[in-house]
Amino acid sequence: MLILDTFLIGLSSGAIYALMALALVLVWRSTRVVNFAQAGQAILSTYIGYEVMNRTHNYWVSVPFAIVAGAAIAAFVDAVLMRALEKRSHKGSVSEIAPVIATLGLLGLIRSLTGMIWGNAYLQYTSPASGKGYEISHHTIPFSPQNLIIVIGALVVMGVFAAVFKFTNLGLALRASSFQPEISRLAGIRVDRIRTIGWAFAGAAGAVAGALVTPTTYLSPNSLDLLLVSGFVAAVIGGLDSLIGAVLGGLILGVGFAFILQYIGTSVTFSAAFFILIIVLFLRPRGILGSKIGRRDA
Amino acid sequence: MSGLLVKNFSVSHGAIAAVKDLSFTVGKGELAAIIGSNGAGKTTLLRALSGLIPHQSGEASWNGNSLLGKKPEDLVRSGVVHVSEGKSVIPELNVKENLALGGIWRKDKKDVALATEEVCELFPRLRERLLQSADTLSGGERQMLAIGRALIARPELLLLDEPSLGLAPLIIEQIFDAINQLRHKLGLTVVLVEQNAMSALKIADIGVIINVGSLVTSGPSQELLADANLRAAYLGY
Repeated sequence: MLILDTFLIGLSSGAIYALMALALVLVWRSTRVVNFAQAGQAILSTYIGYEVMNRTHNYWVSVPFAIVAGAAIAAFVDAVLMRALEKRSHKGSVSEIAPVIATLGLLGLIRSLTGMIWGNAYLQYTSPASGKGYEISHHTIPFSPQNLIIVIGALVVMGVFAAVFKFTNLGLALRASSFQPEISRLAGIRVDRIRTIGWAFAGAAGAVAGALVTPTTYLSPNSLDLLLVSGFVAAVIGGLDSLIGAVLGGLILGVGFAFILQYIGTSVTFSAAFFILIIVLFLRPRGILGSKIGRRDA
Repeated sequence: MSGLLVKNFSVSHGAIAAVKDLSFTVGKGELAAIIGSNGAGKTTLLRALSGLIPHQSGEASWNGNSLLGKKPEDLVRSGVVHVSEGKSVIPELNVKENLALGGIWRKDKKDVALATEEVCELFPRLRERLLQSADTLSGGERQMLAIGRALIARPELLLLDEPSLGLAPLIIEQIFDAINQLRHKLGLTVVLVEQNAMSALKIADIGVIINVGSLVTSGPSQELLADANLRAAYLGY
């Protein structure tokens, strides 16, 4: 029973990590940038969701607003900031690191901006679902309606992504442009535009993560920072350029955390993320689903 | 003028001039072979013509419209399609997806389906492997796939970069046969960049021989093939 309980705890946090990992992987594979600003983008979209909820008093109405905001913010970051950086920098080691540093800067910027607007207080962005565990034959399991919403929400996002990527022309263009930008251009794909759409998908996934996880905790300018770390570790476990890998990485990390928390203790949780990362990389340096095909740069 | 016009065309690779003051014309429906050894600037020339890299000076136009300063994806849409060097397929996608990529942006989906069917007729081996990952294809099959994808865009001008690279002689013959067939059937204009001078000149109308970025000579391919001096110096047989 305890093992099953622990697994359930891990399932819902794993779903959130998976969403964040998806956001990071989508950006990484199209742009080769680890988007540290993703935590900031998600916090901004969650604040927007919070504002909508304050006005409508309806969590369900606020979530789509947060998702659209997250997608729009991400598209803006790519189309304006990333594009401008690429135009200005020439080939070389600086041009490779500059965008990553820029996302770090953007994270700081968004954080202080949200702090200025909403203050640093812990705000409540609550969902109508109860956080109290379901009761099954007089045993309260550590899985609440809130957790159920998280898992279902994550599944919906993954389902939509899988359908778009596998079965639509947009998905084909997204995959092709991120794997082989030059060949895609020569096939007539507007790779720049497609990349921005990819960022928008990433932003949407991050926004869903923010909107789903915040009701279980609180909202403050840096309340998603730890999620960024977990999402990154999950993405690396999954191989950094595989969407399915990101989902698996998130689940492995979530369940792994839960077991460590249960059987070892709270004090090691944070180091545990890195411990799991090292173990996985040691066993499979490419991550569990990392591509074995070398990437040709444009 | 109709056809491809390249005039006083220069392209630099950093400080190095890779293509120097090159001029040649290819009439509509003609097949031109650009011949030169490794490092002669052939690939650089094609990359500049298709908008992948900027040119330095000179002109290049197709049917009177300048090719310069345009993005490759826009040139594809206006009928100028470049099949880049090294079996340019996307190994992470399957054969069907690679082919579909060539027609994603086209409005006329019926014609995309028709073109796909034609490609499968031309290269039956692709039809047999539609659901296989492009990663599993042989070098020759990859080249067929790359050319097939280009055809689905319904090109008018096809720029082919070393389709024979790394292929066995028998496969090279098949690919060149297909190229020859295509242009007679579809009225394509083809610029074929090759190190394999003999095979290329055999199917070409005109030959353009370049050496370290500059024009050596150009003319009807039969004349080039018959010129003993050229054969010894540049054609390598």
